[in-house]
This record gives sequence, C-alpha cells and structure tokens, in this order.
Amino acid sequence: MEGICKRFGAVQANDQVTLTVPAGTVHGIVGENGAGKSTLMSILYGFYQADAGSITVEGRAARITGSREAIAMGIGMVHQHFMLVEPLSALDNIMLGAEPDWRLGPARAQVRDRLDALMADTGLNVRLDLAVEDLPVGERQRLEILKALYRGARILILDEPTAVLTPQETEALFVTLRRLRQQGTTLLLITHKLKEIMALCDNVTVMRAGKVVLDCRILDTSLDALAEAMVGRHVRLGRTAENAAAPDAQTGATLLAAKDLQWRDALGVPRLNGVSLALRAGEIVGIAGVSGNGQTELLEALSGMLAPQGGSLRLGERDFSPSRWLDPSIARHLGLAHVPEDRHRRGLVLPFEAWESAVFGHQGLRRFTSAWGWMKQAVMRQDTARMMEAYDVRPRNDQLRSSKFSGGNQQKLVLAREALATASPPQVLLVGQPTRGVDIGAIEFIHGRLRAMRDAGGAVLVVSSELDEILALADRVLVMDRGRIAGELPIEQCTEAALGRLMAGAEAHELTRATAPEIAPEITK
Amino acid sequence: MSQPVELPRWIDLGLLPLVNLMFALLVAGVVVAAIGMDPVQVITLLVKGAFGSRSGISYTLYYATTFVFSGLAVAVAFHGGLFNIGGEGQAMIGGLGTALAAVSLADKLPAPLMLPLMVLSAALFGAAWAAVPAALQAWRGSHIVITTIMFNFIASALLAYLLVNVLKQPGNMTLESPPFGDTARMPGMHQMLAWLGLEWPRSPLNGSVLLAAACAVGIWLFLWKTRSGYELRAVGFAPEAAHYAGILPRRQVMLSMLISGALAGMVAVNELAGVQGRLLLDFVAGAGFTGIAVSLIGRNHPAGIVLASLLFGALYQGGAELAFEIPGFSREMVGTLQGLIVLFSGAMAYVAAPWLARAHAALTRRPARAGAAHG
Repeated sequence: MEGICKRFGAVQANDQVTLTVPAGTVHGIVGENGAGKSTLMSILYGFYQADAGSITVEGRAARITGSREAIAMGIGMVHQHFMLVEPLSALDNIMLGAEPDWRLGPARAQVRDRLDALMADTGLNVRLDLAVEDLPVGERQRLEILKALYRGARILILDEPTAVLTPQETEALFVTLRRLRQQGTTLLLITHKLKEIMALCDNVTVMRAGKVVLDCRILDTSLDALAEAMVGRHVRLGRTAENAAAPDAQTGATLLAAKDLQWRDALGVPRLNGVSLALRAGEIVGIAGVSGNGQTELLEALSGMLAPQGGSLRLGERDFSPSRWLDPSIARHLGLAHVPEDRHRRGLVLPFEAWESAVFGHQGLRRFTSAWGWMKQAVMRQDTARMMEAYDVRPRNDQLRSSKFSGGNQQKLVLAREALATASPPQVLLVGQPTRGVDIGAIEFIHGRLRAMRDAGGAVLVVSSELDEILALADRVLVMDRGRIAGELPIEQCTEAALGRLMAGAEAHELTRATAPEIAPEITK
Repeated sequence: MSQPVELPRWIDLGLLPLVNLMFALLVAGVVVAAIGMDPVQVITLLVKGAFGSRSGISYTLYYATTFVFSGLAVAVAFHGGLFNIGGEGQAMIGGLGTALAAVSLADKLPAPLMLPLMVLSAALFGAAWAAVPAALQAWRGSHIVITTIMFNFIASALLAYLLVNVLKQPGNMTLESPPFGDTARMPGMHQMLAWLGLEWPRSPLNGSVLLAAACAVGIWLFLWKTRSGYELRAVGFAPEAAHYAGILPRRQVMLSMLISGALAGMVAVNELAGVQGRLLLDFVAGAGFTGIAVSLIGRNHPAGIVLASLLFGALYQGGAELAFEIPGFSREMVGTLQGLIVLFSGAMAYVAAPWLARAHAALTRRPARAGAAHG
C-alpha cells in the first residue's frame, strides 16, 4: 500500500495529504481535534469521497466509494465507539452482514470454525457465545478487531483504540497488535496519546490543520518533538516543580465532605457503594478509574443533580441528607461550581448563542435578571466578553452558537462561566473529564487554570479517565472501581502500574502489600 | 448523511420558504391543469379573493387571527420540548369558558369589564384543559402527544354533553348556547374604524386581531427577553443541561403547556365573542390542528407564525372565493392546495436545502478562489 494523496472539500479538512504506509508496519496518525485525521481515515474507509487525489492499495489504484468496497480491498476499521449490536452474541455480531448461508444454524457452524482458527492464529480470544452486553470492554474491542479480520482485513484502522481501556488492557491490546503486525497485517493507529505512538508504531504522521506537518520513523523522533509538531509550538504538559502544589497547601479547611454515599440505579445495580471523600482548600483531588465505575454518579451526587439513597454531605456550613439533598441551585449558591463531564448534553445548550451559554445556571442572579424577570442582556454580554477574554475563548463572538465552537473553546467557555459568573470565585470546583475532546494547546491552558484555582485556595475535584491527566494535576488520587473508592494514594506514590491495578479491581491493602516494594524504586528513578 | 445542511440565515429564513411555496404552487398548478382548468386563472382568482378587496382582506385577517392563536400555542409548547396536539380541545374548552362568562355575567357588566373577563376566562379554561396532560407528562411520564389527542376527544364529548343537557335553551332546536349579551360582543373592525371616522365594510374581522398581534409580540418578548423564556427554551433544547443549571423541568413543562393552552383557548375569543355571539359545538373547525401546520411553517417563531397565518388565512378566504367563482372548483381542491403547501413548506421543508447550499457555495467560493490565485 503506497501513495495516498487526497484533498478534501470546502473546509479543506485535508490539504494535499500524502500518506505512505509500508505493508506490515504500524503507522501512527496523530493530530489535534479537527486536524483532519478522522477525515483522512473516513476517506480511506469510503465514508467520504476525496475531492482530488488518489488511493493506491497494494499497488492497485482504488476507488473506494463505500465501506463495502473498503472491506473488499482488505481494509477494516475499528471505531472508537464500537459498532456492535449489544443483545446479540459475539458470534452473531461477527456474522452480521456476512452470513455464509441463509440458514443460521449451518452459517454459525461455518463461521465458528473459521473464527476458532483465526483466534488461535492471532491470540484474539473472545467468548463467542456471550451476548456483547455481557462482555467487558477489552473483549468487545478484540471482537471488533476479530470482526474486521474475519472480513479479510489486511489493513486495519484503529480509531482511538485505548480510550476506554485500563492501562493493563491497553498493554494486552498492544501485545495483540504487535502479533498481528508480525503476521503481516498493516495497522493504522489514530490517537492523541503520544506515548502509545512511541510504544507501538514504526512510523508516524503528524497532522495539523489538514496538512501533514511531520512524517518520519519513530526511531527518528521523540515525544516532545511530536507534541511540538502537533501543536505548532512548544508545550509543557504534566507535573513540574513549578506547578505542583506548595508543600504546605494540604492544611486547608475541609470545604466538602461526603460520607458513605449510596445509590442504586433503576435496575438495582449499586453505582455508588459507600463512597466517602473530603475536599480541602488548596488541593486538587483526582478521581481515576475506568469510565462507568461510578465517577459520573459521584459527580452528580456532589453537585446536587442526583440525590443518593444513603449517606450524607457537608458543603461549607450546611449538612445534607438523602431526604433533603442539595439541588444544583443551592449548590451554586453555596459556592460549588461544576464543569460536567458531558459538555454537549449538560454543560452547554448547543443551539444557544455563546452569551446565553455563558450565563447558563446563573441566569437567576440579580446582576442578570431584573425584578420583573427581564434578562439584562447588556450585562450578560459584557460578562461574556470578559469571560472570553480571560479564558481566551476563540472566536471572541458572543453571538456565535455554542455548537460552532471547537471542543477546547467550548470547554474554556464552560470553565470560564463556572469560575467567573459569580461575584466571588467558587470555593469548590468539580470537574468531569476536563479535557475530553480538547486539543493539546487548550489542555495546557485548562490545566493551568485549574492549578490557579487551587493555588487561590479553592478545592478542586478532577474526574478523568486519562491517567496522564490525573497524574499531571492531582495532589491526591482516589481510584474508583465498581462504585467504591478502591484506594487512595498520595501523588508521590502514584504510578500507572499502581493506579492500573486499583482500577482493575485489586484491593488497596493487597496493593500496598504486593507492590509497595516495586513502587519505591520507580519513584526514585 | 441525514445531517441538516448549514445555510446562511437569510437563505434559511427568507429564500428557502419562498422556494418551498413556489414548489407547492407549481405542483398545485399541475393538479389544477390536470382537471382541465387554467392554473393561472385559478391562482389569480385566489390571490384576488384574498387580497383584492377590503372585504377580502378583512376575511383573510379574520382567519389569520385564529391561526395566530393556535399557531403560537403549538410554538410555545414546542420551545419547551413538547408537542401539543391538543390545541383543538383546548380551544373548545376555551369556548366553554368564554360562553360561561358571557352568559352568566353579560347583563351585569359593561363591555370594558366584560371583554377582558371573557378573554381571561377563555385563557384560563384553555390552560386548565392543557394542565392535565401537562401534569401527567411532568409527574407520570405519560406522553403528551397521546394525552393531548385523547383530551381533544374528551373536550368534544364534554362540550356536546354540556350543550345538549345544560346550556341549550329549552325549545331551541339547534345545538347552541343562549346568545351572548351586547356587552359580551367583541366590536367588529368596521365598528372600531367607524369610531375613528373611517369607513370599512362589514366583516367577521374584529378586535381579536389586535389581541392576536399583542400575543405574538408578547410571546416573542417572553421567549427571548425574559429569564423564564430562557429557561423554557433551555429545557426544550436540552433537558439534562437544564437540570444541571438548576432549572426544574416539571415546572417548565407546566408553564409551557399552561401558556400554550391559554393561547389555544383564545381562539374562542375570535370565533365566539367576535363572530358567532354564542357557543356552538364545532366552532373550532380544525383550527387547532391547522395551528400545528402554521407553527411548523412559521418555524415556531412568532414572526413566522404571523406570516404563515396570513398565508393560511389567504388560502381559506381565496379558496372560498374560488369555490364560489369557478363552478366545479370544490372546497376539496382548496384542501388539496393547502395540503400541498403543508407538504412542501412543512414536511419537506429541507428537501431543497442541499441545492440552495450548493448554489450558495458555488456563488461565494468563486471570488475566494480568485483571491487565492492572485495571493
């Protein structure tokens, strides 16, 4: 496979992009959101048509007008959000659309024979008879890869494959991918995690603003060089001596304390199972964990969106019990700000203009509403301008629809609102996935603001599924697993391995017994 | 790809509706030609009937008044994320409220007190009828589309029962309430203009048209200039975000449905206080349902609804004129024409959008390309 050159459309999502991937290699494609990497892959997989340029697959010119052709050319894709029918068995999911026989019984038997051979070859083990909804995430991903291989994929596109995996699952995935490469499969890996590129790929292409800005062998580059190419300037992420908390900051007063929170969903599954935590002034507490282990519910409970069935909460000077839980307006009144995990469904009203979104949740403030209920639009828009200036929201257009801003700028707008809309800065800030779908430049900025809030004496709770983010921001880390706090580690003792084990369900005391000796040398390194 | 196409505002709100209307008229022309009539003559007569005379204009505005009320009713609920199909029933019960106030108090109160009371009564009764489905939706999750449809039937049955058993005067063969007293009659437009010394032909057009205009402006102010309207729209767009913002969704469901029901109820002011002067069984005559089409075509915006109401008013009036002028041009043909407009401007509103987007892109790109080539 060599020589793909395409140009794309009115927005110039891809501008004269040339990508050459030698057979049997792992090729990383990195770039910020909107850099054009997804567009490029969508063209390769036939979702979009290129305006100009050509695709050559295995020496033959290819015209790919749909995923059917792509599959026929031996191209397979594993999407970030799995394309699986959850109630069907794993076997049926693979067979779906490629049934070798109109009778399901013989068809299943044939497919099973071929899959057994394929699984033995590749090491991609999946329990074929379980319904997909009962499979853990890592296994679903193997199923997706298996599905592509079953359809004869020799070129496999993986879109953000590790977004939902624990570090251990990621490692297992990489072992599998390396094995596939040995067997001659060509892999295209789209990701924004540069470490994974460095660990797995042979070559890497960096895209920025629709163009290829760097195309080289992994051996010839470094993490820093990739990051710089991606953003176009030097960036510093992660923990440094300057941005770590002052050593005496831990002594702040407790601003929020939750005790033994319990919440079961409509099906009776415990989502919060005895969670207790305290936030003190001047610290950032990180909540690590694989998505879906109660982090969302914890944030909702602490922000008043969800009343737990058991437990208690103390916020500032007030106590709350399940029967009289706080609601989001009381929470705001008590100086609690919340940047929700899902800014599209919660943090913003997408069809609202920027100024409408910039006062969202604070529309009742005297400053914004007259006694008769009229909105003071002039004040609101002035405040929006101030927020946009302070948080560098681009473009500085307070009448642009919220949906038209990029992910990073939307998040900056939400953060600016939560930090600046009230007269005095919030005492407690809850942040869910602060940088999900946000480009590196904005990540740096957002991290800086969160640290600034801590340094100003605020208590910050950060929930993130990105371990790197937790490690970069937190002063203290709690790991959530199946609705419980599986363990707490001060930042000095946090390593990916230690956190990963807690995330995967090991008990804290087991961990300290089993791994304490291992951790120590890693830190001294 | 089923994603809506992004268009500049002036195309989206100005050109696209015109193109849709043109398509509808074109197809209507083909249909008219197919039954052996001259499309140009029909269209000319229709437009003349609706706007060609002072009397025609008056009728058009009278019909439009009713549609503004029922259209706004649908729009307010829609902004709150609810589809109120019950405008018909709410208007009927609004009529009951109007009639009860008029029949019981008309002899005792002067017109300046009586008329506002009737408007209030119509609004309150309409709102109350909408409140039940709203509460069922807010607290029990019963789907508002289903419940409002059911409430239309209940309203119809209730009205029939009350007219037959309670309100009908003994000895009267027709199903109607006793006539309203003189103080309970909305002055006609010809009367009001006569007070100003202007002469205007007698028509059903009455003071309600001013009320409808005030409602349109009021709803616009409410939705886009007040905190309450802001919260209502937030719930309509993104209920979960509204919850996050501390807005109580149940309260907003109730609020939007109460306003919606009140607006629907005011249909009765135009029809009963303005024209009939008594309560009839079928005075709403589908106006509640037409309101859905009006709101859809008017993009749920008061200004659009006023324009769409004028369009439908013109179709009603021009259509009536057509049926009168051309023998063999039945009311059903007028219905066909209305149906085509709803089809093209409502259901298929975005069919032409990709073409317009492409045309617009082609026209705007050329200068940009030229610039790039020179630069």
